[in-house]
Amino acid sequence: MHADTSTRTRSGRLTQWLVSGPPFVFLCIFFLVPAAIMVVASVRYPGEFGALAPLFGGRPGEDSGITFENYGVFFGDWIYAQIFAKSFGVALATTLICLVMAYPVALLIARSPRKYRDLMVLLCVLPFASNFLVRVYAWMIILGPFDLLFSRFAVIVGMVYVHLPFMILPLYTNLEKHDPALLDAAQDLGANAWNRFWRVTFPLSLPGIFSGSALVFIPVLGMFAIPEILGGKDDWLVGNLIKESFLGTRDWPFGSMLSLMLTAAVLAIAAGAAWLAKRGVARA
Amino acid sequence: MALLEIKNVSRRFGDFTAVDDVSFTVESGEFFTLLGPSGCGKTTLLRMIAGFDLPDSGAIVLDGVDLRDTPAEQRPIHTVFQSYALFPHMTVAQNIAFPLRMAGKADDEVRTRVREAVAQVKLDKLEQRYPHELSGGQKQRVALARGLVNRPRLLLLDEPLGALDAKLREQMQIELIRLQRGVGVTFVFVTHSQAEALALSHRIAVMNHGVIEQMDEPDKLYGFPKNRFVADFIGNVNMHEATVAATGGTLTLELGTLGRIAAPSREGVKAGTGGVFVIRPEQVSIRAAAEASPDPNQFEGVVNDFLYIGDVTTYIVDLPDGKRFEALLPNSAPGRAKFFEVGDHVRLSWKAEAGAFLDA
Ligand SMILES: Nc1ncnc2c1ncn2[C@@H]1O[C@H](COP(=O)(O)OP(=O)(O)OP(=O)(O)O)[C@@H](O)[C@H]1O
Ligand SMILES: [Mg+2]
Repeated sequence: MHADTSTRTRSGRLTQWLVSGPPFVFLCIFFLVPAAIMVVASVRYPGEFGALAPLFGGRPGEDSGITFENYGVFFGDWIYAQIFAKSFGVALATTLICLVMAYPVALLIARSPRKYRDLMVLLCVLPFASNFLVRVYAWMIILGPFDLLFSRFAVIVGMVYVHLPFMILPLYTNLEKHDPALLDAAQDLGANAWNRFWRVTFPLSLPGIFSGSALVFIPVLGMFAIPEILGGKDDWLVGNLIKESFLGTRDWPFGSMLSLMLTAAVLAIAAGAAWLAKRGVARA
Repeated sequence: MALLEIKNVSRRFGDFTAVDDVSFTVESGEFFTLLGPSGCGKTTLLRMIAGFDLPDSGAIVLDGVDLRDTPAEQRPIHTVFQSYALFPHMTVAQNIAFPLRMAGKADDEVRTRVREAVAQVKLDKLEQRYPHELSGGQKQRVALARGLVNRPRLLLLDEPLGALDAKLREQMQIELIRLQRGVGVTFVFVTHSQAEALALSHRIAVMNHGVIEQMDEPDKLYGFPKNRFVADFIGNVNMHEATVAATGGTLTLELGTLGRIAAPSREGVKAGTGGVFVIRPEQVSIRAAAEASPDPNQFEGVVNDFLYIGDVTTYIVDLPDGKRFEALLPNSAPGRAKFFEVGDHVRLSWKAEAGAFLDA
């Protein structure tokens, strides 16, 4: 009896490892290890022509070893906080605009006859079939004649355009699962069209809103191509700074530090959103 | 004036007629049932009364007002759906409060009315639960409370007990009657279970293929079915082809090679008319073939099979012409669960007043 239970727990533990092992290894290789490399890189000195200076035994006159100088620079100058704030502002605006634009589209698809839904979803993701940069350059041609290029407005237009499908898809996936009988019941019990939406459809779609928002907000934060093509010098975001550190000034440690700060900020926001979503799901 | 009048209502889907020229009225305070087999148009009719669908022709009138231009949310009619359709993101209390909130009732009133409704359907202590934390019977009660709380003129119930198991179903039937008498709200109830319809209703409309076959009180429907469909659909019945041989104080029927029987007379039936003779199994007496019976109608037969149900035993008897009749024998004496064995010769008999001749 005793032996029996112990083997069962042992085999249970083995199964558990087999199930959770691969994702764990995956996380280590693709998240923890790179993060660790970045942490180390952010406290080293830049090499002469990019890359990193050696940790030990540098030549005389060359910096080597460990330094927290980058963090000093980051926290010592308001400009970085400002760029972070600007980036979060653009990401937030993009997310909200995407939400407002995607919701009616997702609702329309979810309430269309089943046989048309797949086609409509396909149409939403069809732009992905052409090159991302080509599509962004297309906006230069569209916005140019109206003298709207190289502005914050142009950046947000580009961001919204590129990320809209990432909002539509999770919203549609959520809305499509709603039981239509609930809307009948609401109407039957006296709810007009607005109340049917606001009291039934909207609260039930909160999980979709949260996942769509995460899928838009986070990539927008790191985006550098769109501000570079459509924005002015004033519209540089964190992504541009990071890219410039690696490819322009070739200061890898500084770029690593910026990336880490961005990751930390995103994680903080994701944790907040997850917490909110969990409350939303618990209620739904 | 009748509360609800259904006047010549038809609804077609393409060239299929789901509801075909249906008319009836429901009185205030009545428990009215639409009974019929699957696909006969019950839900279609109910959806038109609720306002989710409009008749192609005919009128639905509530309190003397034609409802054609009144959208569902403005009709003082609430529905209990078969799937319950409880709002999954709201607690029991919030679900029940929903119609009150939509009607713009003040918070105080909402609170007291919800508390009353919760007590009425015995859901105390469960107010803060979410629907996924409830059993089927409890969900059913929430749906009922939600439908009744704003005191609609009419409550529509579309097979509300369909998803419950037999025992719970019976219990809910009793509660449903109690609730309906208590609140005095008019019920229009849909079911395909004849037993449920008989047990619950003041009046029943039997539907088939989109038309109402017969509309009557339960005992009349069971005792005096108008046609073969109703006789067969409500309860069990023995049927035999018959021709009217003579009319008068009682009908004389020719049951093929079986011979003649006496049956209750019916207006407008002439000699020579063909039809069926129907009689309920509990009206047929069964005794040993050797025993004499005082009844005018009697035939000898052989027990083909029997079903011991507990309270009664149903005997299936082969008649001399090869037709089968069923006869019920109550098991009232302990230890005498069955009287006859398969192969026993028995005598079936019934009174001249029992059964009916149907030519439709
Ligand atoms: N929207 C529709 N389009 C086409 N046909 C329909 C539609 N709604 C109902 N029908 C048809 O009308 C007939 C009646 O349907 P209804 O749902 O009223 O039946 P019911 O009596 O409620 O049956 P059940 O007991 O199975 O619920 C069915 O044959 C059904 O296929
Ligand atoms: Mg139905």
